[in-house]
Amino acid sequence: MREGAVLEMRGICKYFPGVRALQDVDFTLREGEIHALMGENGAGKSTLIKVLTGVYPKDGGEVHIKGIDGAAVIRSPQDAQNAGISTVYQEITLCPNLTVAENMYIGRTKGAGANWKAMNAGAGKILESLGIPASPRQQLGSCSIAVQQMVAIARAVDMECKVLILDEPTSSLDEQEVVKLFGLMRDLKAKGVGIIFVTHFLEQVYEVCDRITVLRDGQLVGEYVIEDLPRVQLVSKMLGKELDDMADIKGETGGQAVSQEGAPVLEAQGLCSSAGIKPFDFSIRKGEVNGFTGLLGSGRSECVRAIFGADHVTAGTVKMDGREARIKKPLDAMRQGIGYLPEDRKGDGIVGDLSVRENIILALQVMKGFFRPFSRAQAEAFADEYIKLLEIKTASADTPIKSLSGGNQQKCILARWLLTDPKYLILDEPTRGIDIGTKIEIQKLVLKLASEGKSVTFISSEIDEMLRTCSRLVVMRDRKAVGELNGEDLTQSKIMATIAGGDEK
Amino acid sequence: MTTPVKNPETQVRRPDESLWKRLTRQQLFIPVAALVLLVLFNLIADPTFFTVSVKENSLGNPVLSGNMVSVLDNASELVILAIGMTLVTASSGGQDISVGATMTIAGSVILRLVCGGQAAADTMQMNLFLAVLIGIVVTALFGAFNGTLVAYFNIQPMVATLIMYTAGRSIAAWINNNQLPIINDVAFKYAGTFLPGIPVPTPIFITALMVLVFWLVLKFTNLGLYTQSVGINPNSSRLNGLNPKMIKLLTYVILGVCVAVAGYIRISRSGSINYSRNAENIEMDAILAVALGGNALSGGKFNIYGSILGAYVIQFLTTTLYKYEVPSTALPAYKAVVVILLVVLSAPVVREKLSSMKKAPVKAVKEVS
Repeated sequence: MREGAVLEMRGICKYFPGVRALQDVDFTLREGEIHALMGENGAGKSTLIKVLTGVYPKDGGEVHIKGIDGAAVIRSPQDAQNAGISTVYQEITLCPNLTVAENMYIGRTKGAGANWKAMNAGAGKILESLGIPASPRQQLGSCSIAVQQMVAIARAVDMECKVLILDEPTSSLDEQEVVKLFGLMRDLKAKGVGIIFVTHFLEQVYEVCDRITVLRDGQLVGEYVIEDLPRVQLVSKMLGKELDDMADIKGETGGQAVSQEGAPVLEAQGLCSSAGIKPFDFSIRKGEVNGFTGLLGSGRSECVRAIFGADHVTAGTVKMDGREARIKKPLDAMRQGIGYLPEDRKGDGIVGDLSVRENIILALQVMKGFFRPFSRAQAEAFADEYIKLLEIKTASADTPIKSLSGGNQQKCILARWLLTDPKYLILDEPTRGIDIGTKIEIQKLVLKLASEGKSVTFISSEIDEMLRTCSRLVVMRDRKAVGELNGEDLTQSKIMATIAGGDEK
Repeated sequence: MTTPVKNPETQVRRPDESLWKRLTRQQLFIPVAALVLLVLFNLIADPTFFTVSVKENSLGNPVLSGNMVSVLDNASELVILAIGMTLVTASSGGQDISVGATMTIAGSVILRLVCGGQAAADTMQMNLFLAVLIGIVVTALFGAFNGTLVAYFNIQPMVATLIMYTAGRSIAAWINNNQLPIINDVAFKYAGTFLPGIPVPTPIFITALMVLVFWLVLKFTNLGLYTQSVGINPNSSRLNGLNPKMIKLLTYVILGVCVAVAGYIRISRSGSINYSRNAENIEMDAILAVALGGNALSGGKFNIYGSILGAYVIQFLTTTLYKYEVPSTALPAYKAVVVILLVVLSAPVVREKLSSMKKAPVKAVKEVS
């Protein structure tokens, strides 16, 4: 163990069937520091944390914890807790219908009886020492989300933890609540607790953290002291592109035949939804491919969801081909000729137990109407056509979609929307978690659709994918559209600088 | 690079699958097996079980009589309820436990209408067809009430329908001012007994008609696709333009219609009503029928014919037990034993075990180069 370290992870490996989730990752946490764990989705952050907390068994490597001789054995979350590692997850995992004190002591009382008095007194003391504005006897559900989050932290602290893991604790907090939470984190830091802070918000990292460890594709990129790593550098490390790597690959595909005549296919003004984005303007022309970029949680998905009517639209107007269109729910958007491939394939895209065929025809069938089902033969013809066209690998059209691989599931969802012959297709992270071959096929398909005169919005975490396909990028940061890049400006460095924003020029 | 490897096992059907494996994986395996076992048991124990004879009924008409006729006849209400219950289960992942009570409401409404509010009537005071239609509308409204609670207020189906389960029989009694009206018109009992000159019990025809109607509805509308889609993944369904709440509500209304038809058959068997005992505990049998049919009670994919078969299995079992003179008080206990067996056997965990007696060893992690 290094001097001053409370936790050392060496050469951690973790494999999932067919995927190397973590390869030889090192991580060191020192006493009294706040250490950010950064990386895009799928980089291995949550896997590393789950290995550390015993949720997943590791396939290689060692974990050393201060005060434990030799390698620590952590086989379950219980083991982790006993070793002094506590975790506070993004979603609050406490029971809202119990009191604050009960939540803090749940699962930790000895024997069958409970000493309520001691419990409330103990809880009161901790809450006070941490400056958390909650009473021990209060029902947890009646506290604000931030206070609930703090109670979860207080519970973790009371378990005499040496290592506190905060997994996206700020994603459901407003600005003032974040400030409170940071205060608490600094107090704990002063008390010598090592804090691992996982977040997507760059601003917050630079506000409270001392060090940053960056992961990418399951591998360690490096550990940096915060002063040595400007924002743009951090973004480039997360995305895996060096700044001087200026190669612009846009030229490969040739220009897009964007029609400048007439009204835009879709024109939105002041659009705003209940999902918490700032109002934004947006328009797209016939044959154009545009993209929304920004880090995860920056609001790019919320924007397209607002366009499709997937979230409750609270303000703004939409014009399709220059005519006012009322899009209040997905069916309205579908009738206007908009298709939407959602970001969360499993949760919002596929209908798992239904067959590939039923999944493919679903959207068109819904548009056709309740009383006009496609004949079996017609449905089979549609499914077979698209299985062939997109080369979907499936045993048959009757196979449940959930048994297909991620890439093939995604192709089915694509097929679903292509079948509706949309004027405007929104693809939110269509290439996430699927193999390289399929990624390229999907990118080609996007360009082909545009050349056929369809408009496409393409969202991806991988900037080079966006550069290859989009002729215009809307950059999002902290739930706000902060810039629009096109033409000359479409370069890695420019995009990264805009994403990072803040003090960097 | 984290590249998922396609798992060939999920995409290609293994050729070495035994007949047993393929059989046990069939959704209808359990109800069919149960039916075969019941038939075999009765064949061996006493083949006369299957005798069908012609007897004269109380009106002097020659009618079919025998255990099998009684199974088909008495299962009618259950089969019709099971159809509606399957749809409700599929869309909302929960069950309606108020169907026994709402069947009583339907019966009460119809009786009140045909008796014209009197305690007893010798001739019907209202067109029977119209009375039944009103009964259907009333229970469809109660279905809409349950469905609204489930779909729009997100109340668990069992809790939402507990309201009508508790209150339904009182409402039924209130409809007739706590009287027990009796209708003595022979025509009223046609639906529950026999049509003049036809030796087969009428409920069998009504059930067949209902099954036919639902077969047609499932064939010529998207009810099946929509309910399953909503039951499996309401988020995806909404993003594909469906209105999951509406569809859940619709299934409860459909169940309401089924309840009225079943309720009508039940009261027309006797021409009178007992508010506390009418269709008692039938909701549990209806739910059981859905489960026996191999349908997940948590919703999603369904097979309506499985539930129908399940309903007949339950009635077959009951009739068999009666035949062996199991006292009616002990009946539930016997039934419970058989039911435990059937339900455990049809549990996914057990089915998995059954069909994979010699499962291929789990493949080790493959590394991608």
